[in-house]
Amino acid sequence: MTNTQLVVEHLSKSYSVKGADVQIIADLTFDVAAGEIVSIVGPSGIGKTTLLKCLTGLQSITSGSARIDGKPIDGPPEEMALVFQEYTRSLMPWLTVEKNVRLPLKHLRLPKSEADERVRAALASVGLSQAVDRFPWQLSGGMQQRVAIARALAYRPEVLVMDEPFASVDAQTRFELEDLCLKIRDEFGMTIMLVTHDIDESVYLSDRVVVLGHRPAIVTRIVDIDLPEPRDQISTRAMHEFAELRTEIFELIRAGAIPAQPVQGK
Amino acid sequence: MSTAPVTSTTVIRTAAKAKRARSRRPMLLALEIGVPVLLLLAWWFGSLNSTDPFFPPLRDIVAEFQRLWLFDKFASDVLPSIGNFVLAYLIACAIGISLGILLGLSKPLFWILDPIVQFVRSIPAVALLPIFIATMGFGNEVRVFAIALASIFPVLISTIDGVRAAEPLLLETARVYRLTRWERLRDIYIPAASPQIFAGALVSLQVAFIVMITSEMMGAARGIGALTLLAQGSFDVKGMWAGIVLLGILGYLANLVFTLVRRRALAWYLGAQKAASAD
Repeated sequence: MTNTQLVVEHLSKSYSVKGADVQIIADLTFDVAAGEIVSIVGPSGIGKTTLLKCLTGLQSITSGSARIDGKPIDGPPEEMALVFQEYTRSLMPWLTVEKNVRLPLKHLRLPKSEADERVRAALASVGLSQAVDRFPWQLSGGMQQRVAIARALAYRPEVLVMDEPFASVDAQTRFELEDLCLKIRDEFGMTIMLVTHDIDESVYLSDRVVVLGHRPAIVTRIVDIDLPEPRDQISTRAMHEFAELRTEIFELIRAGAIPAQPVQGK
Repeated sequence: MSTAPVTSTTVIRTAAKAKRARSRRPMLLALEIGVPVLLLLAWWFGSLNSTDPFFPPLRDIVAEFQRLWLFDKFASDVLPSIGNFVLAYLIACAIGISLGILLGLSKPLFWILDPIVQFVRSIPAVALLPIFIATMGFGNEVRVFAIALASIFPVLISTIDGVRAAEPLLLETARVYRLTRWERLRDIYIPAASPQIFAGALVSLQVAFIVMITSEMMGAARGIGALTLLAQGSFDVKGMWAGIVLLGILGYLANLVFTLVRRRALAWYLGAQKAASAD
């Protein structure tokens, strides 16, 4: 790997529930190189979102470490932006599209011309130049998620983190947003890490897929996706290798599934 | 992709709904104006020949209204009442909103002050008026103080609730983008709480109005409340009614101003609600 940007070493996370420690994540080690797209997949309830919250500094790490550009992450790092799944609740309904995108730039104290340019470029690259004066609630779900992505782009993070970003939009929009994601990486040279529960999506988008399994969570395997670039929604997905990778990941997830908890007797 | 059309089903549906609402507007407007006019006409003609000493003809009340308030006593009694009311209400909103934000943001502060807030707000301010007057005299200050004190609580309590109910995901977004404390307050907490702040402020407005009148009925020599009480005490029934009519008009105007301000400040909220109900 060239130039590792994000390093996760023996990361574990426990919550204290009614005085007892419940371990969610046992021991995760992986890294993400600059300019890479890495997906994190795993059975539901495995702690994918918890992992993202640890990596974006929203939650503390119990033991082990996560570092970005060599610096330990102990709060939201300025090199990162996060896009949530629930776009309706992560955009400010009282701000127009343009002001939503501009909000994180205020305290960066950029010259006005640069802030303007960043907002303009971000909205243009998600195809929302026409919607600057609208409010989020006047837009469809897919467009709202684009606003959230534009907000992240204007912030110019080195690493863009997304938590199931396309889970709440229709299939057609999802394809568009996936391609937008690839375009962003090429255009802005960003590193992208996303959590998804859609195996096809992880294969289509990623350079590598980190498969989590078991409880508490460990890395089951890191799968290299060596599909040719540029990816194409129709031809890439029709490839034989695509199907093989999907099957491989599917089997890994099934093997790492959390067994159903026996119902506790009263 | 770069020229994605800016339309969506939500926008279209909202537009359709707005169109329907527009076509119904003339009828609604006619009702809104027509019903009060009809009631007034009924009162006017129904009371024309009234000899009941307590319910004089509306014609006489209007004449008395004109004689008293337009503009004989306007500067001496109406303006000071309105001045007290507006000043005290603005003070109440300023204190209520800032204290509410503080208590909404700080749990320890909330725990310390909430019992006091709950205790003081459960005493009707009108009941405290005799004490205020006894300790502070009959001046204007005592009335401003009483109005402000009574009307702080609705806006204070709804501000606390509004701040505490701010969407957690927006707060996480603010943390990820490292917004400063001040930015979080100005760009997230206050706008997020504003619908509730306005709901509380409307209740405060009504409380302020009530206390304004009541405070003038206790020992004040000037003011709408004082004159109305004086009229009642001297069997000047027409004068009493004229005062009541004036209070009705002022209350209506206060609500109207409030509604206009709210509509401007909460345009985003009203729009979002309309869009949500169109779905």
